[in-house]
Amino acid sequence: MATYNLNINGKTAQVDVDPATPLLWVLRDHLKLVGTKYGCGIAQCGACTVHIGDGAVRSCQIPVSSVGEQNITTIEGLSEHGDHPVQQAWMEVDVYQCGYCQAGQIMQASALLKHNPNPSDEEIEATMSGNICRCGTYTRIRKAIRLAADKSQNS
Amino acid sequence: MTLIRTKIGRRSFIRSSALAGGGLMLGFSWFASCKNAEEAEAVLQMPDEWFEINGFLKIGNNGVVTIMSPNPEIGQNVKTSMPMIVAEELDVDWNNVIVEQAPLNTDIFTRQLAGGSQSIRQGWQSLRMAGATARQMIIGAAAQAWGVPAEEITTNAGQIKHEGSGKTAGYGEMAAAAVNIEVPEEVKLKEISEFKIIGTSRKNVDGPKIVTGQPLYGLDYQEEGMLIAMIEHPPAFGMKLKSFDEEGVKAMPGIKDVFSIEVYPDDYTKLWADATVFDELVVVVGASTWEVMNAKKALKAQWEPFEEYKDAYDGREQIVPAGLENTSEHYNKLETMGAKLAKVVRRDGDPEAAFKNAARVIERRYSCPFLAHNTMEPMNFFAHVTDEEAKLIGPIQTPEYMEKSVSARLGLPLEKIDIQMTRQGGGFGRRLYGHFLVEAAVISKKMNAPVKLVYSREDDMTYGVYRPSYLATYRAAFDENNNLTAFHVRAGGIPESPLFANRFPAGAVDNYLAESWEVGSNISIGAFRAPRSNFIAGAEQSFLDEVAEEMGKDPIDLRLEWLAKAEKSPVGEENDYDAARYAGVLQLVKDKANWSTEQPGVHRGVSAYYCHNSYVAQVLDMTMEGGKPVVDKVTCAIDCGIVVNPDAAVNMAEGGIVDGIGHAMYSGMTFKEGEPQQSNFDRYRLIRNSEAPKAIDVHFVENEIDPTGLGEPPFPPIMGAVANALYRATGKRHYHQPFVQERSLKG
Ligand code: FES
Ligand code: FES
Repeated sequence: MATYNLNINGKTAQVDVDPATPLLWVLRDHLKLVGTKYGCGIAQCGACTVHIGDGAVRSCQIPVSSVGEQNITTIEGLSEHGDHPVQQAWMEVDVYQCGYCQAGQIMQASALLKHNPNPSDEEIEATMSGNICRCGTYTRIRKAIRLAADKSQNS
Repeated sequence: MTLIRTKIGRRSFIRSSALAGGGLMLGFSWFASCKNAEEAEAVLQMPDEWFEINGFLKIGNNGVVTIMSPNPEIGQNVKTSMPMIVAEELDVDWNNVIVEQAPLNTDIFTRQLAGGSQSIRQGWQSLRMAGATARQMIIGAAAQAWGVPAEEITTNAGQIKHEGSGKTAGYGEMAAAAVNIEVPEEVKLKEISEFKIIGTSRKNVDGPKIVTGQPLYGLDYQEEGMLIAMIEHPPAFGMKLKSFDEEGVKAMPGIKDVFSIEVYPDDYTKLWADATVFDELVVVVGASTWEVMNAKKALKAQWEPFEEYKDAYDGREQIVPAGLENTSEHYNKLETMGAKLAKVVRRDGDPEAAFKNAARVIERRYSCPFLAHNTMEPMNFFAHVTDEEAKLIGPIQTPEYMEKSVSARLGLPLEKIDIQMTRQGGGFGRRLYGHFLVEAAVISKKMNAPVKLVYSREDDMTYGVYRPSYLATYRAAFDENNNLTAFHVRAGGIPESPLFANRFPAGAVDNYLAESWEVGSNISIGAFRAPRSNFIAGAEQSFLDEVAEEMGKDPIDLRLEWLAKAEKSPVGEENDYDAARYAGVLQLVKDKANWSTEQPGVHRGVSAYYCHNSYVAQVLDMTMEGGKPVVDKVTCAIDCGIVVNPDAAVNMAEGGIVDGIGHAMYSGMTFKEGEPQQSNFDRYRLIRNSEAPKAIDVHFVENEIDPTGLGEPPFPPIMGAVANALYRATGKRHYHQPFVQERSLKG
């Protein structure tokens, strides 16, 4: 057991856990931030995607001991009022079916747009192919990303 | 005018009551405490008082309406579409509606089950009736208050009006009096032309919560003092627990206990929603998921092969054979059985003679592997069981059935079992089988504490309840003029047959033969999105493509020709489809896909199928890029009667299409010595974003037929469209799923 002070969604959170505990389970079990989902535990599905700094990472693969003082953003902290352009686009397109994968999809998509505000269709598909949607909402995910990108381009 | 007797399910309308500040159904503490409830309040002014008009809805004194969504939500969007139907007949503004997941209450709600694409179809009348009855009672209250005849009162979007006197009021003002109005014996339903909500696209009511990561799912549920439990099941089908060593594991950090449980004791009679298979499990319980996962890895358990045994089910017995099975042997068995005479299920005319006298016969065999459902949210359930009662919270498609199972297993009366439904991270049939709910209950009882049972992805994928492995043999006979003279299907599987003997082209062919066979297995199986259809549709629709080619006909025209015959002069009595509606979707897809116009480089496959009361036809456009097939576009035509929530219906169709392409092309579960060879998404391949169609174009037949379901129907036929397009694109027919790694078959 060791104590960690994590910077999550603009706040500091203290946890006392085994250093090997993946960030995913620290978020879900210890900090009650359950928006980040468990899907596979082996970096294959993307359900657990969060941001560390500006980059999208699979939180099931990040031991809490390796996070340090880096800024972590989860779906709960992506925007204060649920109005990040990607969240808005998701609602406008009504992307989700069961919705379980969508926090990961949104975190992956928002990181993509941060680095590449106007991605090509191929870039969208390639980046989003690490995130499984078992319900098959892929065409809507692409459409929502396109919409969010176009809106930010025009604003 | 449609009048409807309110008698059916009348019990739900008897008790009306006023509820102060929020009322009976506040939802779960953990879920209700989330930020989003406050957000909803910020948008909609909450009433000071709620009046429960009937079990389906309550009206606030300010006119805000709460509508209960009775059925489990697994992603099919009934949580939005079912309340829309109530709101329509109640005649309220959808923006003034709050939707809540209803409690499990079979006195009020009928069929609280997600399965068979039946929620909307079977809920249609009772949902309309609930709304219309409440509206009638509001009108009754206004008539009394104003001293005018009820017949002269009209409503519009939550407003009541009496033209003659010029009196108006909002529903909220009459809600208190409405609870004392006698429940009408008969109510008038709206004409379809009067619909204002049904037939218009409304956004998913949980959307804002989904995009902000609010706790919605079973796996998200937490409670003070709750422990985490995980199971270790036998590593192979055909094995059972021999012994295990808990000592070292118990001492690991965070671990509270390690023990084995009997999920279903020998004297327990299973109900249909209790999946058969691993009746004894090792359980690890601890403080946190990660600690329990680690302890589970350290656990040393010994397993041994079991002997053949009988499983007692309610009304039937099932023999579970011994043995450790292999996929290669499965395919050998399928091939052997497929080559033998089997049980004749339907015979029209004299097919045997027609085949004997044929100028030419074609015969093709199709097969598919076992599939795991792989819902994104793995199996899980919360349970808190005491000596007196059991509270269970989580994702389950069959709460009504599992209430009975848990009651029988724990020996607690039915009314002491409280099952609460969460939003579910996918269902696809997997959560029809609630053994995990029984497991959670047994573990909680043993621990005497609230427990959340969590399956790892590996536990989930290797547990079973799979889509069976099937094989179908099709034969067609032709005369010297290339006319079809007979049609033969012989289909079977491990351990059940996929055959629907009375579906198209039965009814359209004079000489028709259908045979069915089965091979026993101890690998557990269950319903998987569009059971049986999910294989046989693709096989049949691929074969029809070859028949059309043999006859030198356009594949759509050939189907239309046969359907015209089935409509005008059907062969046999029991054809379970409506030929005109079937032809209707083919006509529509032909038109919308510009079927008659060839595009260079685009290879097209068509498919059409009827299941779960709905009709679907699809055209799939494929191009080849760098030697790899790419699905450019799918055009889809659907007849599911009245479409309640069009954009959500399109979403379901898109999902079914992507799912079908994925499973036809990429997915499969194989076994070695009984052991599932794929246990996570590194080896079990699911379709990815870049493999999904570039575009999907969905169209609905417009009619006024009562609505039927959409969760399943768009899924099965697309597999045939993929196979047919692949043939045009590559010149090679594909018979064995998954097509990317087609097993090589002799013969
Ligand atoms: S749970 Fe981390 S990638 Fe699947
Ligand atoms: S919406 Fe269900 S897994 Fe993506």
